[in-house]
Formats: sequence, structure tokens, C-alpha cells
Amino acid sequence: MAATEPRNYPFTEADRLTVDPAFAGLRKDEPLCRVRFPYGEAAWLVTRYEDVRTVLGDPRFSRAEAVHRDEPRLRPHRGLEGSILDLDPPDHTRLRRIVAKAFTARHIERLRPRTEQIAAELADGMAARGAPADLVADFALPLPVTVICELLGVPLADRADFRTWSDALLSTTKYTPQEIQDCTDALMAYMAGLIAERRAAPHDDLLGALVDARDNGERLSERELQVLAVSLLVAGHETTASQIPNFVYTLLTHPEQLAALRADPGLVPGAVEELMRYVPLGNGAGMPRYALDDVELSGGIVRAGEAVVVCPVSANRDEAVYTDPDRLDVLRQEASHVGFGHGPHHCLGAQLARMELQVALNTLLERLPGLRLAGPEESVVWKSGVALRGPERMPVTWDRTRDA
Amino acid sequence: MTWQIEVDRNTCIGTGSCAGIAPEHFELRDRKSCPRHPTAEPDELLVDAAESCPVEAITIRDATSGELIAPEP
Ligand code: HEM
Ligand code: SF4
Repeated sequence: MAATEPRNYPFTEADRLTVDPAFAGLRKDEPLCRVRFPYGEAAWLVTRYEDVRTVLGDPRFSRAEAVHRDEPRLRPHRGLEGSILDLDPPDHTRLRRIVAKAFTARHIERLRPRTEQIAAELADGMAARGAPADLVADFALPLPVTVICELLGVPLADRADFRTWSDALLSTTKYTPQEIQDCTDALMAYMAGLIAERRAAPHDDLLGALVDARDNGERLSERELQVLAVSLLVAGHETTASQIPNFVYTLLTHPEQLAALRADPGLVPGAVEELMRYVPLGNGAGMPRYALDDVELSGGIVRAGEAVVVCPVSANRDEAVYTDPDRLDVLRQEASHVGFGHGPHHCLGAQLARMELQVALNTLLERLPGLRLAGPEESVVWKSGVALRGPERMPVTWDRTRDA
Repeated sequence: MTWQIEVDRNTCIGTGSCAGIAPEHFELRDRKSCPRHPTAEPDELLVDAAESCPVEAITIRDATSGELIAPEP
């Protein structure tokens, strides 16, 4: 495919949870589109479902290569250096296997009762204090933060600190590069402290198990251990915390879908999958991959050495795979979405996130009947300058329960 | 020694993790995993794939004794 002048990307500013209509045109007419991000070299933007899965799953596309290149990105700095997302198999496999077990569906199911308890306490707290409440601060954020803290063994009492650091880590333009560096250093030092505590005395938590793997199996370096633990803490709450209010907002703007869930809570697991497909969480694009070889995609040939950025938001709306893709349908049973990625880097926390999102919806439906926005649409304040879309604040109200 | 490789396609959710870890042993067909061969020489990559599957859809057994090699229960 001839290299034309790259288009600046993202094409438009993210607006609430709307999907850029340009993607539909690209899927049809320009499935490999030359784009330039605010930082880094030009890349191919891949918008079709099957192509996105190929780029994420085919070993001829590399993440490790991006470390040596000026990878396309939304912000001046690269992410956390030495993260699991910067490795290809077999190096990636070595790290991933150490943590994979703790995140299998079977292990995650064991956390469900405790997650339900935390969610119920948060919802009951909202009910007791009375409406309006902020769905973000009072429910969506503390739920996954508490769960990941308990799983990892990070003291919940420190959350104000690591919240700020983690926010900076995931930001694009909200913080200066210096602030981001300082916050990264602070978070790494904090984690090093927790790791030292586990060396001094054994702890029965995931962080303890990781320290044990490092000290007894020598399968990961000290830096890898620290970065992995930090990644779990950061990835383990920001995403889910954004998706809970995104899901609620989407259901409130699709009242017939919400009514279906209220009538039959058994639909919740399917609804979580459909909402994962429908909600454009990523602000435009994922982590770039580099072709190690010439690879033919349905949209054209990518040459060895070229950068490719996939657009899961577009893939999840691909009319070649989904009937009426722009319609939210909690009963939909079509191909699985790529909202958790695909291939070796497929979200480690996917089963945990699914469980948390199911529990969150179930709890809100059950404990806060008639949940709705407390004010007009404009009362929802959306985040800006960060990599994930979602409300910063979402004032909600509900029907008074009998005992309130 | 020979290992027997099985994927429970009803359980598989098609993440593509196994095909990424061990492309010589697994491929996705109709968006779900399939072993390329029903048996193979012992290979640590098979254990890696089975241990990393998020829904534990892959089982590796000793082809002769039927003994479970991965995933760990
Ligand atoms: C709704 C919530 C979540 C969404 C939408 C999400 C999405 C994703 C996506 C798309 C990727 C792949 C990135 C790529 O290949 O470029 C990923 C990777 C990852 N996620 Fe999640 N995630 C969520 C929750 C979680 C949770 C709760 C954890 C908790 C531990 C987590 C940990 C990770 C890790 C460690 C990786 C890197 C995996 C690897 O490189 O092997 N995520 N996530
Ligand atoms: S890792 Fe498991 S769920 Fe993913 S494709 Fe392979 S068998 Fe299926």
C-alpha cells in the first residue's frame, strides 16, 4: 500500500462515550490507514475486527520491538519501563505464568463472595447517607481498589497516595512529564517497601507469592517484580473503576436495556460482555506493535519494521462480525469482543474485571432501585487528559427504599 | 514419552493466549483454540500454555499413563 501523508490521530477529541464515525468509513475504504500520533513515528491504524485479532495474536507482530523504537503514543513519555506489556514470548510467558494462576476464572470465583460484600457495604453506605451520591467516588472507585488491595496485599489505608501516583501514570496531558516521573518513582519506592516487608516476614497474599517466586525460583528480576506489582495495582483498578460508571451511564441512556436487566438479573453476565463491546473505554488506540516480517492483513500488507496500532473500539463495532453493531443489545450472542485485547497480552485481569463488573451491576440494581442521574446530563463530569474514558463525577439518585 | 493435548472448546473463550505462547502447538479455528496435533513430545511450552489459560481449558496428560501434567489442580 502506498504511503500517503499520514492523518493526525486521534481524529477527534473523545466526547463522552461516543464512537468516532470515521472508523466505519475506514473499515470499509481504508482498513490500513496511515496515522501520526502526537508523539512517535507514523503507523498503520488497523480498524477491522479480524485484522485487529491478527495483529494482537500473530507472533510476527512484536511489542518488544517498540522498546527500541520511537513508538507512536499520545504523550511524550513511554509507559512504565520493563513492564510485561513490553515483552514478547518466550520472555513474556515467563512473567505471565507466575501470575496467571491467581487470575484464572476458578481462582477469581473464590473472590466473588467477598466482592459482593464490599459492593453491598458501599451501596448501603450510599443509601444510608441519602441521595444524591457520586457513583464514582462512593462506589465505582472503592470497589475495585479494595478488591485489588486485598488480593495483592496493599494496605487500603494508603489509597489516597497510590491513587494520585497511578492517575499520573495513566495520564496523557493531565500532568507534566516531571510530575509523571516523580509519581512513577514514588509508586516504585512504595512497592519496594511492601516487597521488603514480605522478605522480613512471610505474607499470605499475591505480593508475597510474587516475592517468593523471585527469591526461590529466580524466574524474574527485582525490577520485573516491582514493575509487575505496580502494574497489577494500577491496571487492577483504574479500568474497572472507569467501566462501572460507563456501564451505568450507557444503561441509563438505553432504558429498555436497563429494564430488561431489572426484570431478569440472570442477563447480567451477558450484559457485561455486550457493554464491554459497546463502551469505547480506550481513548483511541492500544499499544503499538511492530511487524517483524511482511504480513498480509485483509486491509493490505504491512512491511517488516512498520508500526501498527490497533483500534479495538472500531473492531468491536465491525459490521462484518456484529449485526447492527451500533445497537446495544444485552441479549446479543455474537463473536467475543476485543475489549480485553487478544493473544499473549490478553488482559490478565479479564476474569477479575468481569466478576467485579457483574457484581457491581447486580448490587446497584438490587440495592438502589430506580438508580438514575441526579441532575441533567451536564452534571456528569467527564475525565480529560487521561488514557481511559469515564466520568470524573457522576451524581446519582434512586427511589427511597422502604427502610431508609 | 508422549504427551496428549486436549482443548475443551466449550470452555475456551478464544483469548488466543495459548496460540501466542506456543504457536507450534495451538491455533485458533473458528475463534477457538485447537491443538495442532493430538500428541507431542514433552515440551515446557505446553505446560506454560495450559497453566496460563484463564479458563483452564487446556489439559496435558501423559499419553500412556493418562497422568495429569498440567494445569496444576
Ligand atoms: C474492565 C476492566 C479492564 C479492561 C477493559 C482491561 C483491558 C486490557 C487490555 C485491552 C489489555 C491488553 C493491552 C494490549 O495488548 O495492548 C490488558 C492487559 C492487561 N491487563 Fe487489563 N483490563 C481491565 C482490568 C484489569 C484488571 C482488573 C487487572 C488486574 C490485575 C488487569 C491487568 C492487566 C495486565 C497485567 C495486562 C498486561 C498483560 C500482559 O501483557 O500479558 N486488567 N487489559
Ligand atoms: S488460552 Fe485458553 S481460553 Fe485462550 S484460546 Fe487458549 S484455550 Fe482458549
